[in-house]
Amino acid sequence: MSVTQQAVAIGRGFAGTRPARRVFFGGVHGTDYVWSIAFAIPYAIIFFAFVVYPIGYGLWMGSDTALYGELFSDPRYLTAVVNTLLYVGIGVNVKMFFAFLLSGFFIRKRWWSKALLVVFILPWATPALPAYMSIHWFLNGQWGMLNNVLYSLFGIDGPVYLNDHWTGLFCNIAAYIWKTLPFWTVILLAGRMSVPQELYEAAAVDGANGLSKFAHITLPMMANLYLVCTLLDMVFALGDFNATFFVSGGGPAMSTEVLATLGIRYAFTIALPRLGVAAVMSALPLLIPLVILLMRKLRMSEGQL
Amino acid sequence: MSVTTAGPRASSATTAAPRVSIRLHSKLHYRLQRYAVEAACMLLGFAIVIWSLTPIYNMWLIALSKHGDIFGGELWPSSPSLESFRVVIYEDFWYLAHFWHQFGNSFYVGLMVMFLTLLIGSLASFTVGRMRLRNGWMLTNAALMTYVIPASFLAIPFYRIMQIYGLGNHLASVILALTTFATPYAIFIFSQYGKSIPMELDESARIDGANPLQIYLRIYLPLMAPALVAVGTYALLLAWNEYLYNFLLLSTPESMTVAVALAQFLNSDESPWNFMMATAIIYALPPIILYYGFRRYMAAGLTMGGVKG
Repeated sequence: MSVTQQAVAIGRGFAGTRPARRVFFGGVHGTDYVWSIAFAIPYAIIFFAFVVYPIGYGLWMGSDTALYGELFSDPRYLTAVVNTLLYVGIGVNVKMFFAFLLSGFFIRKRWWSKALLVVFILPWATPALPAYMSIHWFLNGQWGMLNNVLYSLFGIDGPVYLNDHWTGLFCNIAAYIWKTLPFWTVILLAGRMSVPQELYEAAAVDGANGLSKFAHITLPMMANLYLVCTLLDMVFALGDFNATFFVSGGGPAMSTEVLATLGIRYAFTIALPRLGVAAVMSALPLLIPLVILLMRKLRMSEGQL
Repeated sequence: MSVTTAGPRASSATTAAPRVSIRLHSKLHYRLQRYAVEAACMLLGFAIVIWSLTPIYNMWLIALSKHGDIFGGELWPSSPSLESFRVVIYEDFWYLAHFWHQFGNSFYVGLMVMFLTLLIGSLASFTVGRMRLRNGWMLTNAALMTYVIPASFLAIPFYRIMQIYGLGNHLASVILALTTFATPYAIFIFSQYGKSIPMELDESARIDGANPLQIYLRIYLPLMAPALVAVGTYALLLAWNEYLYNFLLLSTPESMTVAVALAQFLNSDESPWNFMMATAIIYALPPIILYYGFRRYMAAGLTMGGVKG
């Protein structure tokens, strides 16, 4: 089994591809059955107390349809929806594209590529909070390092990045890409490494050049992994709170908020928790198809991740 | 010969024998192409270094500057000083009055989340994967579902139910919340890794009269050690780096973790940014050290199993 095949094999994967022998002959009975139940109880408690209950509570909080009328009449909410779509659409796809290219770069054997990978991984190893705080200050229009560099190298007076809806939003997206790019590059790198070398060798014997090897071996072998990674990161990006909260802070005038931060803002700054839940729940039409697709992919494909 | 110095066109023009010319031509062409590729790779490598390190450098730049110098537009600290680190270490600023206590809180939360995640995750995957609990797939699917629900979407109801459970402003609330979000990944990795452990071991232990608890303790856990390290590191990092739940569930300086204390600096515009960045660096060091220390295991864990940001 390849490295990546081992990865996202869940669901059916738990039972293994071949029917495993039963250690507890003929299934679990008697005291063994009691043991097996007892072992499952801690997770069951966690699941019911901290997953089922909050979800149910949230659904109940957001069940009043009047909330949604209120929500849709709020221009800040509509801006946040657009921002969320751009954040997820651009942030994920641009990053995945570069992660895919960079994984091809890192798989080349160079004496310095290992050292470079160690440096490259640093944004991922750094906790989100300090990293985004640093980026926030880096982008500061008056004293930030970016504008200082622009001024001292080119004599340009850079804009006040975080004072504008669009540049603010794209700074958030760039920060999110900066933070998570190394992670996905490493995943895709592992995927590339698990493509059997024999395929490339056979193609070379048949006279394939680099481009056709890429088109006929690398792409088809990586397609599923790439898709699963994209879907998974879409879910993560949809729920990402930190980049928006710490880079632009949702400003100016709440114009760069995404749904994840807007919900918290409604609930804890404006003290409208039900409206906050409603804002988050309005992402369900996007989240549920993603989750279903993802659970299916993860379970059916027996893992290409 | 001019062939070696001039471009490929010159070579074909000056060389008499056409066959030799073609060979030289393609050799030179190949070599030039290789140099070009190498140079492009170097350039890309350089760009990657700049891209990755700039915000990190910015952190150090601010932390090493004196308060007045931050606003001077310097690209390197003209008079670097460790003053702001001293302030953090001696808790010499009112935002930092409980810094080491909060640091301890962060460690406590991290270790508890790690322990609970390992315990609950390994028990669950043992009973599903090794004992073949009837309807174990339901537990698996529950874990998978939890894994793909964004934690931030559950934050508001979580805040409420923690009040109902009477855990408001208590470290236990954060520990339980983060354990909830770390366990699915644990179950996932353990189930994957568990497949590589031969069932025959369990069988022979059964025949020798071991009960399930003994198999779990004496066979399953020792053989799962690499996966336990990977997931333990993951859980510890998740807990240490998490902000939102810490922020919502903990409110007093004594109960806060470092993440919340750090974000407090953003509450006012008058904040001394150099103190903030020094705090940020001290906060970031343990997870970075841990990450690089266990990178081998982490990488194994990542490729073994799914992924969680």
